[in-house]
Amino acid sequence: MHCDVCQKNDATVYLTQIVEGKMQKVNLCEHCAKEKGVSDPTGFAMADLLLGLGATQQIERGGQPAQKCPVCGFTQIDFKKTGRLGCSACYDTFADGLANLLKGMHKGLKHTGKMPAHLSRRYAMADRVKSLETDLQKAVKNEKYEDAARLRDEIQKIEHELQA
Amino acid sequence: MTFDHIVAHPGQWLRGDGPHDKIVVSSRIRFARNLKDRPFPGWAKKAERLKILGEIQDHVAAIPAMDDGYNAPLQDLTALQKQILVERHLVSREHASKSAGSAVVISHDQQLSIMINEEDHLRMQSLLPGLQLREAHKINNEADFFLEDRVPYAFHPDLGYLTACPTNVGTGLRASAMVHLPALVLAEQINQIVNSVGKIGLAVRGLYGEGTEALGNLFQVSNQTTLGETEEEIIDRLVKVIEQVIEHEQNARQTLLERRANMLLDQIGRAYGVLGQARAIASKEALNLLSVLKLGADLGLFPESTQLAVDELFMTTQPAHLQLGEKKEKLSPEERDTLRADLVRAKVKKIPEPDIAKVKPAGSGKGKKMDP
Ligand SMILES: [Zn+2]
Ligand SMILES: [Zn+2]
Repeated sequence: MHCDVCQKNDATVYLTQIVEGKMQKVNLCEHCAKEKGVSDPTGFAMADLLLGLGATQQIERGGQPAQKCPVCGFTQIDFKKTGRLGCSACYDTFADGLANLLKGMHKGLKHTGKMPAHLSRRYAMADRVKSLETDLQKAVKNEKYEDAARLRDEIQKIEHELQA
Repeated sequence: MTFDHIVAHPGQWLRGDGPHDKIVVSSRIRFARNLKDRPFPGWAKKAERLKILGEIQDHVAAIPAMDDGYNAPLQDLTALQKQILVERHLVSREHASKSAGSAVVISHDQQLSIMINEEDHLRMQSLLPGLQLREAHKINNEADFFLEDRVPYAFHPDLGYLTACPTNVGTGLRASAMVHLPALVLAEQINQIVNSVGKIGLAVRGLYGEGTEALGNLFQVSNQTTLGETEEEIIDRLVKVIEQVIEHEQNARQTLLERRANMLLDQIGRAYGVLGQARAIASKEALNLLSVLKLGADLGLFPESTQLAVDELFMTTQPAHLQLGEKKEKLSPEERDTLRADLVRAKVKKIPEPDIAKVKPAGSGKGKKMDP
């Protein structure tokens, strides 16, 4: 049996993992197993491996083949080689192709966990502005000009804070 | 804290107590974090990596838990020292292969270790003995809260924490427990277990043979997805599955005692005999026999202190630990096998013969006394 990564050497390391009830199998040669860090039980994720075995084509479906990250200069060809992205901005650059890849990889496409506290305050303020703006439109429509003026002040105050 | 201190004092995950620590060796929580709009370590040029390291390292060292910790750029460590940290589970194998531009910071109690410029700019991990994933998460969270005010994290409102590998995006969380499942392996039920709890993603370390054969009957259970669930949801789900695995292992032990006590005693006696007499032993055989000895200690066939002796041997018989204190530059595999056998023999000699009165074989009469 040949190694799934290099397709050259004989496979001597066999990995089986069950994720979401689906069995995944990968066969590796000694060299590739070492390279992929498979011998490290603490840091190994099967998905990382599978990522290097064809899932990378996914990213090509989105965007143009010549696409390049404006921040770090990373291209899709680089992704194919390494299975890793170049920088955080790459997530925007390759957003279309990544969406497909992430869908097959995770439970959902929306982060629901923790976020840095200062950002969570900012997001809360931005949400507040949105809801105040809806109230404002209603107030104007109903010709409640006193309320509208108060809402406008409040929005301005928050936006001022957001810019700080 | 010096490197020698780390060598002389293995972390709490090895020596300490924790819930279910007979079956769950250790619990680990890892966060991946990165700096906004800066090339990830694997893509950054060396100068950029050094610059990023310079921007992060002092902040990491200033985390309250890192007070009197260990802090070193990787080029200051020898290959052997790096390997020791790998065998202590304080850095990843990948990190050990790094040099200039990467660093490691370890807390004094060795519960928290932070790798700078591993695959991500920051990899922080907490390691505790037994099943303590929520406690480890708390330690990681505190370090994270400290850093997020000082380091501009790459965070996306929809995708969460952005990581070099898309498999880690979202929470950037990998929660894992190392579990010791000798009875499930002996009873040949391990495949069923792997299948039935596979829904959550049971990562099986089986480096030799088909699939689930794991050295030393040690398995790692971890989450495989990081996006779409909160940290708490991921950890709760994992804890639930691990508790089921523990129950299955306990049942398997009980069943073996009731129905196949002679086979069990035979295995434990043989392990005790071989380890007590071997003059050369390869790592694989040593791990597998030590695992059976550990099972014997769990079942009360050996004195309480055997537990720690065996756990320590799991670590000290690894290649770098064997090399430690040797004058010769690099031991050959044969020399290592001899040294390993010496080490194991010396320890096992101090352990009294298995007290088979503790286990009464049902039906098959008295277990035959086993000679070492
Ligand atoms: Zn290969
Ligand atoms: Zn980029």
